[in-house]
Amino acid sequence: MSKPLRTPAWLSWFIGRLGYGLLTAWVISLVVFIATQALPSDPARVILGPDAPLESILTLQHQLGLDQPILRQYLRWLGSALSGDLGVSLDSNAPVGSILWGRFGYTLALLAGVIAVVVPAALGLGVYLALRRDSHLDRWSLSLLIFLKATPGFLLAIGLVLLFSMPHMDWLPAVSILDPDQSLWRQLPFLVLPVLALSLSALPYLTRMVRAAMIDALESDYVIAARLRGIPHWRIVWRHTLPNALVPAIQGVALTLRTLIGGAVLAEVIFSYPGIGTALNAAIQMRDLPMIQAIVLVITLAVVLINLLADLLTVLLTPKLRTARRVTLISRNRRGITPWWRRSRGDA
Amino acid sequence: MSKTRISRWLAEPQTRKGALITLLVIAVALFGPLLAPHGSTDMVGPVYGAPTGWALLGYDFLGHDVLSRLLSGGLSVLWMSVAAASIALAVGSTLGLLAGLSRRRLDQLITWLADVSLAFPDLILVLLIVSMLGRAPWLIVLTVSIAFIPGVIRLARASAVAVAGQEFVEAAQMMGYSRRRILFKEILPNILTPLLVHFGNMLTWGVGMLSGLSFLGYGVAPPTADWGLMINENQAGLLVQPWAVLAPAVLIGVFAYGTNILAEGIGRSSARLGEKQP
Repeated sequence: MSKPLRTPAWLSWFIGRLGYGLLTAWVISLVVFIATQALPSDPARVILGPDAPLESILTLQHQLGLDQPILRQYLRWLGSALSGDLGVSLDSNAPVGSILWGRFGYTLALLAGVIAVVVPAALGLGVYLALRRDSHLDRWSLSLLIFLKATPGFLLAIGLVLLFSMPHMDWLPAVSILDPDQSLWRQLPFLVLPVLALSLSALPYLTRMVRAAMIDALESDYVIAARLRGIPHWRIVWRHTLPNALVPAIQGVALTLRTLIGGAVLAEVIFSYPGIGTALNAAIQMRDLPMIQAIVLVITLAVVLINLLADLLTVLLTPKLRTARRVTLISRNRRGITPWWRRSRGDA
Repeated sequence: MSKTRISRWLAEPQTRKGALITLLVIAVALFGPLLAPHGSTDMVGPVYGAPTGWALLGYDFLGHDVLSRLLSGGLSVLWMSVAAASIALAVGSTLGLLAGLSRRRLDQLITWLADVSLAFPDLILVLLIVSMLGRAPWLIVLTVSIAFIPGVIRLARASAVAVAGQEFVEAAQMMGYSRRRILFKEILPNILTPLLVHFGNMLTWGVGMLSGLSFLGYGVAPPTADWGLMINENQAGLLVQPWAVLAPAVLIGVFAYGTNILAEGIGRSSARLGEKQP
């Protein structure tokens, strides 16, 4: 007799979660499309200039489909977006998809660089500070981290530009003058300062989170039990507490990425780095609606995907959640507490 | 808010330090315009002129006195961030309490809406709205507060649900107190601290966001003096006259730091007492 094929318990949760993520992305795309399209600025007017005669504007509006009801415009846009056609940029007349593809790669490289710096640094520093809790070093590092956390990200970036454009400090390029014909790998020095600026603003949150989670884990009952059984200190730290402290850090990384996408806009503009952020800034200034809508769609999908991955990792790494028939994530605020004002309504 | 609560917060050195720094910057912004030696739009010196005895911080890209613009340029950023954070706190905590203490359907709707808007990076949301609808100050304030509201909703809801599950609330219910009394006398005082900590954090983010907006050119319109705008305007002369950029940057940073320390201190003093930290 063969073993009956069993689907993993978390699969049904994951399918529901996927649907939820897609629904979120769809709602945001609808709201953004309607909001941008319904605004006073008229793309036909933008293309033809302020002096164009009314007939040609009306003709162009008809060609662009702008005279149709907004929901039909949205469905048409969504349909072509799903088949990979994001429209034509009003500013440069090139297809939005091909412009964004290169820009997206640059921003991805930037964010990957930041994550590659911040995650190991936050883990190492967080664990180290948790083990040396309340020492002088711990206190000093915490005040430094609070200072970094409070300083607005774009000020850190400007500070770095200022520092590296001073005389005798020209061993790193202060702004990114990238050659688009060469691959990014040959031009890595341009990445250093943007990555550094974003890392410095992302580091405090994650480090403090890892430190707090480690301290919680080190004070828990199972660590005391492990100590009593004579398990060596290093083993308690690396095998017993760190894996448990890592789980909240996953949600922390997801949140960091979400804030980083916003912060990247400012950082990219300051370092004139040719990513999604500078593209969005330029598109907003040119009132390039197809470009704005496409960038917002890409960002929304990226955030939804990040959240989905973070939730999936959290479930897979937590045995209790992984095997549970009905998974509820605490981060979604659906805790098992049934409050008093609801108990009377029939659900025990 | 009782007197003992405030004195308990002030017992924490961090709270005192934060309050002092925050008040100092507020004083500069409030009384600065009265002390400024020149008008904020008077061109009184050479373009990017170096600091002299008459103009301690030199001149900017149009020959304005940097010190005068610095003293007059704080008010906009400060009142706007305070207003945005206050609106977000009022609306967000009302909605959050409503979600936490109402029927399941309404709760799910509000929580879902907050989740959806949290999936969208807030700076980009603000950038979109402000760039499309214009840069009237009240519009910017409203937009920034809209970006902050979902976070407040989640915090208020989570804290209210956590507090409402505790014994003293059940006891109050057993004693037959009205819902209104339970809400205002039992639940609200107990979620005030986390909300206040969040308010301090919102001030920090608000100053960053507003000065960032001005820096990108979507905030306060020139020629008005504004710290974020000053950084933007004088960026080209960074090497010739760094003070025109550094001075407003430092003041923005100091205000953000002060509010953050204040929030940290309040949070720490309540954690020390073993209050629930959601």
